[in-house]
Amino acid sequence: MGTTAPLLDLDEAGLAELVAALRQRDYTVIGPTVRDGAIVLAELASAEDLPHGWGIEAEAGTYRVRRREDRAAFAHSAGPQSWKTFLHPPRARLWQADRAGDGTVTVREDGAPPPRYAFLGVRPCDLRAIAVQDRVLTGGTYPDPVYGPRRARAFIVVAECTEPSAVCFCTSMGTGPGVPGGSSYDLALTETVEPDGAARYTVRAGSPAGEEVLAALPTRPTDGERARAAVAGAAERMGRSMDPTDLRALMAGTMTAERWDQVANRCLTCGNCTMVCPTCFCTTTEEVTDLTGDHAERWRRWDSCFDLDFSHLHGTGPVRSSARSRYRQWLTHKLGTWHDQFGSSGCVGCGRCIAWCPVGIDLTEEVTALRAEAANPGGAP
Amino acid sequence: MTHATTPVPYRVLARRRETDDTVTLDLTPAATPMSPFRPGQYAMLYAFGTGEIPLSTSRIDGTVLSHTVRAVGKVSEALCRAEPGDWIGTRGPYGTAWGSPPKGGDVLVVAGGIGLAPLRPLIEEVLAEPESYGTVSVLTGYRDPGGQLFLDDLPRWSTRAHVRATVDAPGPGWRGATGLVTALLDGADFRPGHCAAYLCGPEAMMRATARELRRRGVPADRIRVSLERNMRCATAWCGHCQLGPVLVCRDGPVLDWERVQDLLSLPER
Repeated sequence: MGTTAPLLDLDEAGLAELVAALRQRDYTVIGPTVRDGAIVLAELASAEDLPHGWGIEAEAGTYRVRRREDRAAFAHSAGPQSWKTFLHPPRARLWQADRAGDGTVTVREDGAPPPRYAFLGVRPCDLRAIAVQDRVLTGGTYPDPVYGPRRARAFIVVAECTEPSAVCFCTSMGTGPGVPGGSSYDLALTETVEPDGAARYTVRAGSPAGEEVLAALPTRPTDGERARAAVAGAAERMGRSMDPTDLRALMAGTMTAERWDQVANRCLTCGNCTMVCPTCFCTTTEEVTDLTGDHAERWRRWDSCFDLDFSHLHGTGPVRSSARSRYRQWLTHKLGTWHDQFGSSGCVGCGRCIAWCPVGIDLTEEVTALRAEAANPGGAP
Repeated sequence: MTHATTPVPYRVLARRRETDDTVTLDLTPAATPMSPFRPGQYAMLYAFGTGEIPLSTSRIDGTVLSHTVRAVGKVSEALCRAEPGDWIGTRGPYGTAWGSPPKGGDVLVVAGGIGLAPLRPLIEEVLAEPESYGTVSVLTGYRDPGGQLFLDDLPRWSTRAHVRATVDAPGPGWRGATGLVTALLDGADFRPGHCAAYLCGPEAMMRATARELRRRGVPADRIRVSLERNMRCATAWCGHCQLGPVLVCRDGPVLDWERVQDLLSLPER
């Protein structure tokens, strides 16, 4: 399967049948759809909900949807959300506890079965992001009780990338625009557009579950040549790049760089980059009690290393109080110490943090500047 | 299946006031006990409806675990108010342990304030096998004499160990030393090349002590420190406890000075 699986051709009606087939198999189908001026990820009732004929334009600090002249449904790059919204939800209840009259406390974990998602249109960069979060949240001693079961049940339909934006740099990170070898998925499709504007899909299975679904669809054999050309063309049109050479060592050696002051002058420490990042996993906990005081709940919600409370220690205050130290923590973790902690880079080159930074801070530019400073310490910027 | 973040029910067996703001709670399992703790490891203690904080054990006696808590925030305040019989949620053991000192070597324990609490089970382990070690020194530094911990233990410890305390602000009647805990090293008898040092306290105190020990020839991999960082999960999911490449909850809290000396020398790391 995977790269050696037979390539099959599917038309727009066939794509609609794919959505229906997944729904028939009791999956909640999540995919891209246009809402509030952006292409967001939400439940799809049918393939009609896909953003047919919509693309996007992104730049540092900029994101706009725009009309296309064809009916392509996947001719857009990353939006404000990623699949972590569903696998590692922004808020999750971990358990609830009730105190009886004699002071005895009973703790209950949630017994509800986890949602069964089918993700339609996972970009290769985001597929890598899921693999990165797999290692963080299920690769250690303690598997995450929220992420783990959701992830284990998820059916993943990759959409290879054919329309990168100006903030994309997956090619340089080795995560796209095609599906890298060794990736794990159920189905992978590549969208191409006919002269009349209709979309077609070249599809292959990556798992037995994917084969089973694919066998139920009206497909025809194809040589996949047009799909390969579309992905190769996307690699040529990648908007940005980041030199991945020795990034881990570069980050480790850059702790006292002057560049951090320069970026701190612009950074608002708003945390947008961490919210949109498909691999940022940090959370905090909240205690919730009701009016009786005898019912308590433990909730977990996304947190950001840009928040001042993130590193707070009682008695001494935050470990990282300056904007300089918080941006440095985020970038050196993402590109450097992530390797030490979880055995890979934390960056997949999706470009979200560039587009959704309100002041347009571009990590590829910061890395270039840090590299230049490391090569010429004390030199003019 | 019980998830890693679900508290295990324990009861307060006894509560001892140590200082104005610090108590020691002895906890006993209300149902199935947690796996055995090793000295230096920590638990996440949950005060019902208030929250959860990481706390090392200050005594390990079978399944009874002691935690010495200083009231500095709302969870630690709630724990300090707990009475015998009260329900406490806990989970663990988490993190790394001090490890047993090399047999035949000298043992040096240096604590700042409540940093003595995680070191107490190690001291007890060493004193339980007095013939296995060379000299044993327990050096403690406090802000003032009223902050001294485990005063009941000191006479017993002193029969085998060199036990000394120093304070920043001596009060009436204080006959011990004043000033930094590093000054107590001069009075301690240890062989720098044949000792293992265990440090816990404020980071500035551990940095100063470790540097002084290095200056005296103690190898960096024979100095162990216990670090404190904000922790929400203890299971390496939440990201709060990062110190560069180290996840303190998972890779610590006890770490070799060799591993952390550069990390701790950089402000705001």
